Amino acid sequence: MRANCWTGKRSVEVRDVPDPTILNRRDAIVEISSTAICGSDLHLYNGFIPTMRDGDVLGHEFMGEVVEVGRGVENLSVGDRVVVPFPIACGVCGACERGMTALCENSNPNAGIAEKLMGHSPAALFGYSHMLGGYPGGQAEYARVPFADFGALKVDDLPDDKVLFLSDIFPTGYMGADMAEVGPGDVVAVWGAGPVGQFAIASCFLRGAERVIAIDRFDYRLRLAEQTGAETLDYEQVSVPEALTEMTGGRGPDKCIDAVGMEAHHAAGALHAYDRAKQATGLETDRPHVLREAVMSCANGGIVSVIGVYGGFTDKFPMGSFMNRYLTMRAGQCHVHRYMPRLLEHVGNGDIDPSFVVTHRMSLDDAPTGYRTFLEKVDGCEKVVLTP
Amino acid sequence: MTAGRSGDGAPGRNLTSDLATGLAVFSLALGTAELAVPAAVARLAGVREQGPAVRAVTAFLGAREVAHGAGILSGRGTAAWVWSRVAGDALDIAALGAVARTKGAAPTRVALALAALAGVTVADVVTARALSGHRGGECRATAAVTVNRPRSEVYRHWRDLEHLPEFMAHLRSVRTDASGRSHWEATGPAGTTLCWDAEVVADREGEVISWRSVEGADVENTGSVRFRDAPGDRGTEVGVDLRYRAPGGHAGAAVAKLLGEHPDQQLRDDLRRFKQVVELGEVVRSEGSPVGQSTRRRLAQRPAQPIT
Repeated sequence: MRANCWTGKRSVEVRDVPDPTILNRRDAIVEISSTAICGSDLHLYNGFIPTMRDGDVLGHEFMGEVVEVGRGVENLSVGDRVVVPFPIACGVCGACERGMTALCENSNPNAGIAEKLMGHSPAALFGYSHMLGGYPGGQAEYARVPFADFGALKVDDLPDDKVLFLSDIFPTGYMGADMAEVGPGDVVAVWGAGPVGQFAIASCFLRGAERVIAIDRFDYRLRLAEQTGAETLDYEQVSVPEALTEMTGGRGPDKCIDAVGMEAHHAAGALHAYDRAKQATGLETDRPHVLREAVMSCANGGIVSVIGVYGGFTDKFPMGSFMNRYLTMRAGQCHVHRYMPRLLEHVGNGDIDPSFVVTHRMSLDDAPTGYRTFLEKVDGCEKVVLTP
Repeated sequence: MTAGRSGDGAPGRNLTSDLATGLAVFSLALGTAELAVPAAVARLAGVREQGPAVRAVTAFLGAREVAHGAGILSGRGTAAWVWSRVAGDALDIAALGAVARTKGAAPTRVALALAALAGVTVADVVTARALSGHRGGECRATAAVTVNRPRSEVYRHWRDLEHLPEFMAHLRSVRTDASGRSHWEATGPAGTTLCWDAEVVADREGEVISWRSVEGADVENTGSVRFRDAPGDRGTEVGVDLRYRAPGGHAGAAVAKLLGEHPDQQLRDDLRRFKQVVELGEVVRSEGSPVGQSTRRRLAQRPAQPIT
């Protein structure tokens, strides 16, 4: 089959690879109908996530039709249309039983490697490094889906565009709002108006937030956020903490969501260069501009919710501000399984049409162009969907 | 998942390695001083004569100290490097003895220096002996995992020893006979086959199983596994403690490590597989790691690509 493979820093290539086969009882093979490039794929593309190997099949946002099931799968049949959550989760371990499927204790065969970097291992993810499992991803014609009886969500006749993003970015954005306990009366600031940021904004409104302020530097992304009802700040034009303070009667936003992560940019060239240099020389793996700004901006007693991906270590975390002002931070890869059913309901009810983020559609064979376009943010690129 | 310290020494290894590090730092400090200001160091040790020969000998001794310190800190062959310090101590004592017999020596300072040297020599010998493993290269590995199943079920799965090769990567087979003895066959370093017979020495249902190898084992070993309820209704905590004499003693253990055999890491991987077998009924495989948990094989990972 054809599959988009990581071949090195800033390099992906669509190659012919073997078709997937059943390896475990609860596997299913899915023929992929739609797959997308995620912002977190760009961290792999830029070489910031360790333990990638030449030839790794990328992609963790995908859906399609079941073409084969293992003997342990009883609730799926050949021909079912399914959306696949990006974390691989068994459904029976302690973490899964408590709904924390992004922390599944059984899915990562390379847990020992992840432990060395992080202390304990989270769940494996599709197409996201060997440290996180060494599973091929879904930017391909077919994928093996482990624990398909627990993970894959049947979507009946809803079109791909409306349900594809249940695999990652919609639940991830929603969990950003959920971890921040966003509710009526809240003023929320969202850093990053990429696809995950857009879904975080939409989710805040779904949960009754009073105001949402989107922060980015790309005009087209801020305009998209405005269409969802957000106010906007261009961090290259204004000082974000000052602007947020002014906009909130001096309090600061009640809730702050970091939808950017480890490759943040800073408007002040010198500050950006400082962290960029440390990252390049291995003195820190992550550039925490957004994290610092979110902590400093957040209202006293507020919540900082981190859904942007971090890989290793950061520097100069404003712990004093965090501690003395009774802030709370929550962070995590999304427990997609937990959120999928309720979000599918929102889609079915017409509360939201997730396809609003799609700007580019390409064939799987054009994946390398898709990565470049998305990375360089040219041509108004918000979200790339690939069709095998 | 946690794992205890494993290594080729007795349980007192922690203190011993701290001591070795201390000695290394001492070597580096003294050596640097001897190299940088040989005359001053010699004077402190009671040498009144300040000719080029004294400076040269002191600087030579300094270079030796630095080499010992760096060698110990390199972490490779620590025991051998500490033994080399003992040899160095003998050299220092001989040199000071020679100084004491010269006319230009300050007797009090020489005596103090000799006393200090004697103290250091004792520390060196104690550390070197501990590091060399007077217990004949006994290895220890401990690890723990929480299995989301009732204690009785987890215990039963382990108690049937013939299940063990399902999740213990090194075991090829375990057969139990009517007498309660079991015959074990395992893969050793570099693909060798190791066999032993073992007997269960303690077995309290749902609590503990311990075993030890009997006379004539290729690898003398003892082990125990303990089971207790995890708090908060989270299943069963399983803790394993293995001790064994590596084939070939201390040298054999070192060779095994070079070949990528890390006992603690292996045991952790084994327990992760045990958890999978009990919770899921099979070992979880990815295309990058088709054999399942195996941190030691991380360099031999396939690309994350379907398997032909």
